[in-house]
Amino acid sequence: MNFETIIGLEVHSELKTNTKIFCNCSTNFGAPPNTNVCPICLGHPGVLPVMNEQAVDFAMRAAMALNCEIAEDTKFDRKNYFYPDNPKAYQISQYDKPIGENGWIDIEVNGKTKRIGITRLHLEEDAGKLTHVDGENHSLVDFNRQGTPLVEIVSEPDIRTPEEAYAYLEKLKAILQYTEVSDCKMEEGSLRCDANLSLRPYGQEEFGTKTELKNLNSFANVQKGLQYEEVRQEKELLAGNVIGQETRRYDEAGKKTILMRVKEGSDDYRYFPEPDLVRLAINKEWMDRVRADIPELPDARRERYVKEYDLPEYDAMVLTQSKKMSDFFEVAIGQGADPKQTSNWLMGEVSAYLNANYKEIDEVALTPEGLGKLISLIEKGTISSKIAKKVFKDLIEKGGDPEQIVKDKGLVQISDEGELRSIVSGILDENEQSIEDYKNGKDRALGFLVGQVMKATKGKANPPMVNKLIVEEMDKR
Amino acid sequence: MFDKSISELHSLLHKKELSVSELVQTSFDRIHTVDEKVKAFMTLNEEGAMQAAKALDGKLGTEEARGLLFGLPVGVKDNIVTKGLRTTASSQLLSNFEPLHNATVVERLNAAETITVGKLNMDEFAMGSSNENSGYFGTRNPWNTDYVPGGSSGGSAASVAAGEVFFSLGSDTGGSIRQPAAFCGVVGLKPTYGLVSRFGLIAFASSLDQIGPITNTVEDNAYLLQSIAGHDKMDSTSANVDVPDYLSSLTGDVKGLRIAVPKEYLAEGVDEDVKNSVLQSLKKLEELGATWDEVSLPHSKYAVATYYLLSSSEASANLARFDGVRYGVRAEAENLLDLYKKTRSEGFGDEVKRRIMLGTFALSSGYYDAYYKKAQKVRTLIKNDFEKVFEDYDVIIGPTTPTPAFKVGEKIDNPLTMYANDILTIPVNLAGVPAISVPCGLSNGLPVGLQIIGKHFDEKTVYRVAHAFEQATDHHKAKPEL
Repeated sequence: MNFETIIGLEVHSELKTNTKIFCNCSTNFGAPPNTNVCPICLGHPGVLPVMNEQAVDFAMRAAMALNCEIAEDTKFDRKNYFYPDNPKAYQISQYDKPIGENGWIDIEVNGKTKRIGITRLHLEEDAGKLTHVDGENHSLVDFNRQGTPLVEIVSEPDIRTPEEAYAYLEKLKAILQYTEVSDCKMEEGSLRCDANLSLRPYGQEEFGTKTELKNLNSFANVQKGLQYEEVRQEKELLAGNVIGQETRRYDEAGKKTILMRVKEGSDDYRYFPEPDLVRLAINKEWMDRVRADIPELPDARRERYVKEYDLPEYDAMVLTQSKKMSDFFEVAIGQGADPKQTSNWLMGEVSAYLNANYKEIDEVALTPEGLGKLISLIEKGTISSKIAKKVFKDLIEKGGDPEQIVKDKGLVQISDEGELRSIVSGILDENEQSIEDYKNGKDRALGFLVGQVMKATKGKANPPMVNKLIVEEMDKR
Repeated sequence: MFDKSISELHSLLHKKELSVSELVQTSFDRIHTVDEKVKAFMTLNEEGAMQAAKALDGKLGTEEARGLLFGLPVGVKDNIVTKGLRTTASSQLLSNFEPLHNATVVERLNAAETITVGKLNMDEFAMGSSNENSGYFGTRNPWNTDYVPGGSSGGSAASVAAGEVFFSLGSDTGGSIRQPAAFCGVVGLKPTYGLVSRFGLIAFASSLDQIGPITNTVEDNAYLLQSIAGHDKMDSTSANVDVPDYLSSLTGDVKGLRIAVPKEYLAEGVDEDVKNSVLQSLKKLEELGATWDEVSLPHSKYAVATYYLLSSSEASANLARFDGVRYGVRAEAENLLDLYKKTRSEGFGDEVKRRIMLGTFALSSGYYDAYYKKAQKVRTLIKNDFEKVFEDYDVIIGPTTPTPAFKVGEKIDNPLTMYANDILTIPVNLAGVPAISVPCGLSNGLPVGLQIIGKHFDEKTVYRVAHAFEQATDHHKAKPEL
């Protein structure tokens, strides 16, 4: 690579307040189109906005969690543009006095920690949603989303690789989820990301011309789009071409970025102070009150897992990436389950199931109590880990109490020596050739015999005991 | 009948000498007789009003009919939204618009059980000083129908002067209540910015707009303000202040009152008759025990330019929502851009377009600092001028307008002359202080208005002075013949 890559990210995240930012309409996702609307969010003549204080609190909380300085004097501005998703033809946003500025978050890529600056976090209203109907001469607009409070978080151009961009987004999402201000569901549009990328020769201070990637629907596609863009721009530059100031989108099927429009100069949104809202003076008491509501953040939790539960760094990092997963872990070990075993299950079986089924931990029947009990059953020797996997399948698909499942299905491990010895004896009687083989040094024969015992017991035999007993019995013969 | 004050009407209703239905019918009879000439009304609510009147008749003589405004007919300026009653802001673009909700002031009038008889004509979106900018027709001055009634609340002032209603609501962004009140010889108050909720007022310039009462007398004005003033949680800019008892200030006593008369308000450009009427009025107030000095509001000369930059900037954003997509009249179009352009080109009148263009320009990148931002700074200087004078004086008095009403068509082709007509009212909006216009004489058969300006939220003193002056003179008794 001849060039240094410069990436900046702009993230929009919907705040999960009960009502919209300037009216009392619900912010529920998924309602029939244009049902969560009123004259205020529809921008009817004569209406006025009234600030939802919870939205300000949430924005402050997010800004604080991102280590921003909080503005003591903040105001709102009108951003003017005509579009059918924008009923007032201006968006109430923040121009020169955002709620938060000069923040940062630490990300980790290839084992190295890097600090990414956050230029600003500001509060604004979301727009409606347009649906372009294929083959029709019209578009549809749904104003349910109009007026949902939104924070825009702009990073410094500190990101140098698409991998760092991915890590930044993961970390940002985790922090926003931990602070409980946003669901951060990209598929529902409650988290959206635009990415800027430019190249410059190593050693050059001035930035190159950047292109903007829009309509990115997953973090993976942000990374892929940036990877493509990095290579594309390098090729262009090496061929002696100039990078155009463009907005591009990532085409998932073609795995490439496609030109949407060429930007000529900067858009003139004619920002001016919103005369319908008063300036906000944020005093120390207000800041203290909001700060007190910030729960333990991922970095702190991760450190605690290593210290308190003796988890490996890697486990602690993976578990704390998502608040839901981490909360799940905490409840499970609260049931007395071993932390490392719990971590293994969550990172192994549970994650595999979730990934395969495109589900989140709170969308399956498995409860942390259930998993905790399951692990305790293994530890006590009541069931084998093999049986446990069967029980787990039931738990994650249908839920229930693992002890009950084990009882109902008769899955309790056979650990009674007398009972097992007679089963082993029977199997050996039927497999004299294997005894011969074993005595001739063929170790595989032992495995075969263990398998036969497990088969005969439907997997319920205690495997270490079976092993021990087969060897003992064969030695007798 | 139309000389009757609110308290007289109340007493007639209370004694059951008059029913609400009869009263409201009288109002409609008058409208049907004179409105052909005056053209004050955009939309009549005859059926709804008569129905409401009948319902109120049932309450006559009971405790429920004790409110002073109970059963009285009122006219509402057409930029104040009324649920289910067409509200056009006198724009063709809104010729089919029926609001889904009531403005807060309308809710408060409803709570006081007044009867809305109709919506009053105005300059389109409140932009204008003559009512000639209505998208429909121009209201005429009841004193002489060759003359304009003033604007933008021309219909509100003319309807009261013509005896069609006893009182009305107007809105004032740069003089839009006081100037037509002066031209039509009635009493009009622009309250302190933030005293009356703007929720439901179709915004022209949000930082300047204020709804206020237009009435025959100062007392009536105070009654009406009493019922519409006060904090509204739907309007973030509405002040959370206690509303005082305005009636208690109507004592007739102005002894020891210190009056400031800005020299800029009696300078060149002010008509001799107007100047004389104001000086006579000051003399009258002196006789009543007040004193006055000449003072200066040095930044007044920048007020008109400042006002047109700020109000147009805000208007350019406030009026952007009228795009034909969700309500209003939509033009036939091929594509989205076309829809916007045609709807707005066909729907808005010239003056509205002129101001949208001016405001868009003033907010544009590269011009913002030189125009919008500079104008904000001058606005602060103008506000400071007022505050400085109010350190030593109780009220500021001058003419409401430099001249009496002008002829229809006289100024319509020259926007700058038209704008200059607001030179004495605009500074008050920029400063956010309250001011009233009361009749103080006639010039060639046309009324002259005296403007009394008060401190922030000191409507009481404004009313006290206006009332004392009114009671000591007969100007308010003069009525136009129609």
